Amino acid sequence: MTDTPEIENRSIEQGALRRFVLQNRAAIGTFAVFAVMMALFFVGNPRVFSDYRIYYSVLTTLPVAIFVVVPMVFLVTVGEIDLSFPAVMALSAWVFALGVQAGFEPFLCFVAGAGAGLITGAVIGAVVVYGGLSSLVATLGLSFLIRGAILIGTGGKSIAVVSLKNTVAYQVLSGTIAGFPVQMIWASVFVAGSAILYNRHRFGARVHCVGDNPDSAEQMGIDTRRVRVLTFVFMGFGAALAGMFSTMINFTWWPTSGDSYLLPTLAAVFVGGTPTWGGIGTILGGTIGAVIVSFIQVGIVSAGLDGFYVQFFNGLIIILSLLGHRWNQIRYR
Amino acid sequence: MGNRLIELREIKKSYGSVFAVGGVNMHIDSGEVVGLLGDNGAGKSTLIKMLAGAVRPTSGEILVRGMPVHGWNAAKSRASGIETVFQDRALAVQQTIVRNIFMGREITKAFGLLDIAKQRSEAERLMREIGFTSKVFSPDSIVGQLSGGERQGVAIARAIYNKADLIILDEPTTALSLTETEKVFRFVRTVRESGRSILFIGHNIHHVFDIAERFIVMDRGRVALEITKAEVGSADRLIAFMEHVAHPTGPNPLAHVAAQKGAAR
Repeated sequence: MTDTPEIENRSIEQGALRRFVLQNRAAIGTFAVFAVMMALFFVGNPRVFSDYRIYYSVLTTLPVAIFVVVPMVFLVTVGEIDLSFPAVMALSAWVFALGVQAGFEPFLCFVAGAGAGLITGAVIGAVVVYGGLSSLVATLGLSFLIRGAILIGTGGKSIAVVSLKNTVAYQVLSGTIAGFPVQMIWASVFVAGSAILYNRHRFGARVHCVGDNPDSAEQMGIDTRRVRVLTFVFMGFGAALAGMFSTMINFTWWPTSGDSYLLPTLAAVFVGGTPTWGGIGTILGGTIGAVIVSFIQVGIVSAGLDGFYVQFFNGLIIILSLLGHRWNQIRYR
Repeated sequence: MGNRLIELREIKKSYGSVFAVGGVNMHIDSGEVVGLLGDNGAGKSTLIKMLAGAVRPTSGEILVRGMPVHGWNAAKSRASGIETVFQDRALAVQQTIVRNIFMGREITKAFGLLDIAKQRSEAERLMREIGFTSKVFSPDSIVGQLSGGERQGVAIARAIYNKADLIILDEPTTALSLTETEKVFRFVRTVRESGRSILFIGHNIHHVFDIAERFIVMDRGRVALEITKAEVGSADRLIAFMEHVAHPTGPNPLAHVAAQKGAAR
């Protein structure tokens, strides 16, 4: 009961810097992995890695990964997972591409595509949450279902959207300013907004509590099912953005688009330092994880190694990161 | 009879064909401390989970300040001024003390953004109020790092934050050390003096007898006895009655009171 001022002072002095380090421990660890990896690449091929072009090529496609990795951090934190986001990427981008092909204003098509992502996310969330299903298995099934519907609907044909190239919408969303890909600005805005939502908003606080202890959250009057469904809606929104930006980069929509993002996205989330068990996570770490995963492939080939080495090093970096985080994180029960 | 804060009428809860609680009538008035007693499996926990809104009654009516409430749930229970310290404490152990105290009731600014500074200062004030001794812990400490007694403190801080009218304490001293237990009792007395009601569930009848003014004894999902402290007289007689409920072989030590009550009804 007695006050001990000297101890109290110490705890307050710990404040700012120490709190920042403790709260962002996983993200800082992930950044260290990234720095070491880039240093090795640089040593491997200084000429390629001091040239801006390699960074430009990564920065062009990196936003696509970021738009799906960040919402996935929310989902893993709330205790769920979504394997159907690549299909949602394709579905939303299909709406976008059909609109553009039909000659509608691309901005409008973009909004429609985002809307399609939100609605699909809500449906997926409702099926998982209100159906009381395991999100791992249910979203696997939904993934096949949505992808199958797309293949049936298109007969497997792709859609070219070359007409986008000279539109204002394309310049604003996915153009280039002073040699810098504009979509990277949008992705940065997305990361910043998501970090606020995750750390400093009521929704983020509830996502943490529901993922940590769903029974307690329920007892404290949180509508846990609503929180979980909303997290799926956010995932659908991110997948829609990712799908549409991917289509804008290639000027083509494929019925299979998004498929190649499944495993790298999950890897980025966990490499970023978000643990699998829910309740905690890091948006910043996930973003750096996306950067790492995007650089591995380019880096290994540019460093002069055979393309066959890509998967091997991919795996090596994932495992080493996970071991690092495991050692760095204590799981409280 | 004081001011009816909450009243349960014919509350039942069945799991399949098994009745955990089978038709309970009880009430808690403003400013009184009620002790809820009963053996394991008597239905105490189910009853308070229904009061807290965590479990939905199969049938029956819940009245708050005389008004029936429909669609009773945890959010409505808390909005009615009922706060519960659950036996398992209901904490999210990977989160900070601040996040646990404001779980489901965050202080926000515009657009649902958290008022982090205010939540932090309020948490600090609450921690002092309940006598949080370890000053090495800040409101940003992770609950998983705290001892059992300190975790109980966080659960209690959460319950007193909103100046609740009724605080339900479900076996709050289980697994606590003697000094921690004493701290909980000191807290109960403080709350009682502030004029709020308490529903105290405990196994140690001496403890409950010290704290409460009225006792409700449950047995196999029903209220076996409702009695005031003056009517019981001593903790030993209450214990004797509890034993009688468990093994009804000898005479009922409180038969005269029960008879009077029956006649009054």
